[in-house]
Amino acid sequence: MGVPASGTPRELIAAPHPVLSARALPVDPADPGVVVAAADLLATMRRARHCTGLAAPQIGLGWRLLSVDVSLHPGARSCAGELVVANPRLVAASRWEPAREGCLSVPGLTGDVLRATRITVRGERPGSGAPVTIDADAFEARCIQHQLDHLDGVLFLDRVIRAWAVRRAEPATEPTGE
Amino acid sequence: MGLSAITVLGVDRPGTIAEVTAVLAGCGANVEDSAMTLLGGHVAMMLLVSGGLPPASAFPGVAVTVTDVESRRDSGRDPDGLGYVLTLHGPDRPGIISAVSAVLAGAGGDITGMTSRLCGRLYVLIADVRLPEAVDVADLMCRLAAVGAGLGSEITFRPAEPDVL
Repeated sequence: MGVPASGTPRELIAAPHPVLSARALPVDPADPGVVVAAADLLATMRRARHCTGLAAPQIGLGWRLLSVDVSLHPGARSCAGELVVANPRLVAASRWEPAREGCLSVPGLTGDVLRATRITVRGERPGSGAPVTIDADAFEARCIQHQLDHLDGVLFLDRVIRAWAVRRAEPATEPTGE
Repeated sequence: MGLSAITVLGVDRPGTIAEVTAVLAGCGANVEDSAMTLLGGHVAMMLLVSGGLPPASAFPGVAVTVTDVESRRDSGRDPDGLGYVLTLHGPDRPGIISAVSAVLAGAGGDITGMTSRLCGRLYVLIADVRLPEAVDVADLMCRLAAVGAGLGSEITFRPAEPDVL
């Protein structure tokens, strides 16, 4: 059993909101409700303009579920395509670099954040529960770490490297939001 | 040589900085330190200037204040102090900066840089903080968390990342 191809886009939650500051709970990847949520997360990601990833808290669910698709982003090197992962966990991280990030749940602001540029993440596929391992670098690694932070109730604002590193988003750069 | 602290406030448009600094250069003023940012669609500049100064009326279209300062001052900062970054985000309300800065000041913390932004309902405050080495950081973090809870906001307080060379 896999994730249905068509889910229902849900409303994006913007900060300040308690679900964005809470630690999300592990899920049973075979639970039908989780499978539906995974499909909805993908549908929401596809609908959002220039979106490269989402985490379940951003659609109001305190579950450890994330989606990623950096295939259209010019900063991507590794590209696993469209992914949705349950209970993802970071098992390796190296080569830290700062770069600017935005977030669909923090519209209008960007900030410089230090992230690993090479990571390994393990999790489970919603539906089958099959284990999945993702080796990512560059923008895909950054995007996945951004989503992992959401699952721990952390926004990129909590990692901005210094006071002057948070800025109002320019309309032309806002699409970097995740 | 004496220094002057100049503040400039004007509507954000191309050329404001060029015009202000051209006036300063024209009278032989030397800009030693400066900072500029945009605040709500206004350009805000602070400059520490030595040398001759024109009258404030020489800067058309912007509000200018000039304050004489005797010389560069030693900050009195603990040279062994440690750098931290504080982030607060939550709903906007009056008194956030006051409440947070009071806690930091109570621990001898020195705010060396600060940015706050209001985006819709979300208020964000980021501060660079220098703490004396002897400060009990865990205790300070507990007090900050209590203030944050009282404001309905999340506060993180973490060591500053070293500059990457």
